[in-house]
Amino acid sequence: MTARKDNAPSVATFADHEVITPPHPLRQVIAQVPDSDDDPVARAEAALAQLSTEFADWMLAECERLEMARQEVMRQGFTEKTHAELFRAAHDIKGEAATFGYPAVAGAAESLCRLLEHTPEMSRIPLALVEQHVDAVRAIAREHARTDLVAVAGTLTRRLREVTDEFLRDENADRPDYLESIFAPTLAP
Amino acid sequence: MVRINFNRLRFLVIDDNAHMRRIMRSLLHGFGTREVYEAEDGAAGLEAFTQYGPDIIITDWVMPIFDGLELVQMIRQPGANANPYIPIIMLTGHSEKHRVVRARDAGITEFLAKPISATALYERILNLIANPRPFIKTKTYFGPDRRRSANTNYIGPERRKGGKADVIRQQPLLDKVLG
Repeated sequence: MTARKDNAPSVATFADHEVITPPHPLRQVIAQVPDSDDDPVARAEAALAQLSTEFADWMLAECERLEMARQEVMRQGFTEKTHAELFRAAHDIKGEAATFGYPAVAGAAESLCRLLEHTPEMSRIPLALVEQHVDAVRAIAREHARTDLVAVAGTLTRRLREVTDEFLRDENADRPDYLESIFAPTLAP
Repeated sequence: MVRINFNRLRFLVIDDNAHMRRIMRSLLHGFGTREVYEAEDGAAGLEAFTQYGPDIIITDWVMPIFDGLELVQMIRQPGANANPYIPIIMLTGHSEKHRVVRARDAGITEFLAKPISATALYERILNLIANPRPFIKTKTYFGPDRRRSANTNYIGPERRKGGKADVIRQQPLLDKVLG
């Protein structure tokens, strides 16, 4: 993309705000073309399908990373560093599991993220509950081929979530606004 | 038929997870993009933004050193860099309402929750190109206009002062191209 010579945005000034309309050079990438079978989304999905042969190994690597992070917590307890690493490992699994073809794993990872993120004092995070979450994530990933995986993983994840939510309600009883925000339905598109 | 010439777009993908960066690169190349720059944390992302001058940034939120939210806030400092208006898509595993609001108030252009899909990514890119929004600058905010639609049922206070304080309607670019 080449820069336009006239790059000055237009500015409308009001009492307490400005409305700024910047140049929009990206308009140049929109084009009217003859009808064709070309479908960029289909091409991208095909590219992802080609990559999918690696997803099983990637899922294994992410689970190993989670396990290493758990071991550090067990060894050192929760510090800023061990907490952050465990959270990032669980957060990444939560975001990637479905893309990797392991959607049943995401729920347990998400529950662990909630436990780590919303417990006000990290020293009060129950280590046993952390271990149960990590074990669940690894087990669900490992049992990926089971025909009853959805049902089993669903039951396990629901139970973990119930216990975690009960714990979070107790730990955050003195800040009801915060509780309301963490129990609100997700909004993201 | 309207198409985006992805081969004319340059992306910067910022994510600390190498697998996710590879997935994003595959999707963007699948769309037809040739230039995809990558960074593995907020600091490297800021450096890459300055060095490569991409057209669109796609950033994760949770990253070491400084995270995606801090990166967005740094980029959106008016006058602090060459392009504070650059479109920014936040691609994140966070999906809670308070997170979406925080990202919006930091000045992102589009929010996309993981797991990623080719369709959702394409739609976000198409939207920010075809429906650019003006920027609003106040004492506490600088970023794309957070009002996307007129809500005739809104009964709260009008926070903008000075007249013309409503949804700023822009004709979508697709209408201009087709019309």
